[in-house]
Amino acid sequence: MLSNPFDFRSSYREMERLRREMNQLFEQLDRGPRLSVAAAYPAMNVWTNADGAVVTAELPGMNPEDLEISVHGDTLSLRGSRPAEEVEEGVTYHRRERGSGQFRRSFQLPFNVDSNKVDAKYERGVLHIFLPRAESDKPKKIQVTSA
Amino acid sequence: MAEGTELQAQETEKQELVESGAERTRERRAFVPRVDIYETNDAIAVVADMPGVDADSLEISLEQNVLTINGYIDDVQPEDYALAYAEYRTGDYVRSFTLSNQIDQSKIEAKVRDGVLRLHLPKVTPTTKKIAVSAG
Repeated sequence: MLSNPFDFRSSYREMERLRREMNQLFEQLDRGPRLSVAAAYPAMNVWTNADGAVVTAELPGMNPEDLEISVHGDTLSLRGSRPAEEVEEGVTYHRRERGSGQFRRSFQLPFNVDSNKVDAKYERGVLHIFLPRAESDKPKKIQVTSA
Repeated sequence: MAEGTELQAQETEKQELVESGAERTRERRAFVPRVDIYETNDAIAVVADMPGVDADSLEISLEQNVLTINGYIDDVQPEDYALAYAEYRTGDYVRSFTLSNQIDQSKIEAKVRDGVLRLHLPKVTPTTKKIAVSAG
């Protein structure tokens, strides 16, 4: 049924509905959480499940020995340095977009980590840090008994 | 510029590819990798940051002085985990350059390690001789 074209309120509602629908459509296209801006280098993605989290970071061209990962309670700290390209003298640079230098970043997780079981791997320039949730921090199931 | 300098937060930004000219057929996000390009007397070197790429997922071509780098990423998601917080997205890498010098195509070398591609493009050694012009 056509709405009264002079009824601005209903056409406004219609526009609102359309807008909402469009937004939902775009959200479905772009599944997953919204992209947050990294507070410091490197950018991190955090994957979680009931048993812990996996933090990933893109750190191309690193020497894994130059990476220092530490965990204290619920805080993950990452520091390291990315080496500058070694070039012979007298070269002419046409482009220089890759950064180098030191970085340091701390990240708070939503749970306490079992720091003895933290594991990390560095592959193809991507760092994965496995952070198991501390047993004492896991939610406990409470049995309900009938009286 | 090794010690002392610090990597800034803005260096985490990845530039997404804007379609221009040829459209891509792969349904996937694509990024423009950050590169260093430098020239020595006898070669041009291209260094590109392409985290997630290895030798099998790289495609490099040189056609009429246009060098194209393609890196294909297969999303490896940690099994049984759900992405809870994201600061970066992953996707393929595409970038093209027009090279001004004549490159000896048979001697191009490409190496990839830890997500960094290193291309060594030797210049063609000039075979033409200078011809002296004498006035007369």
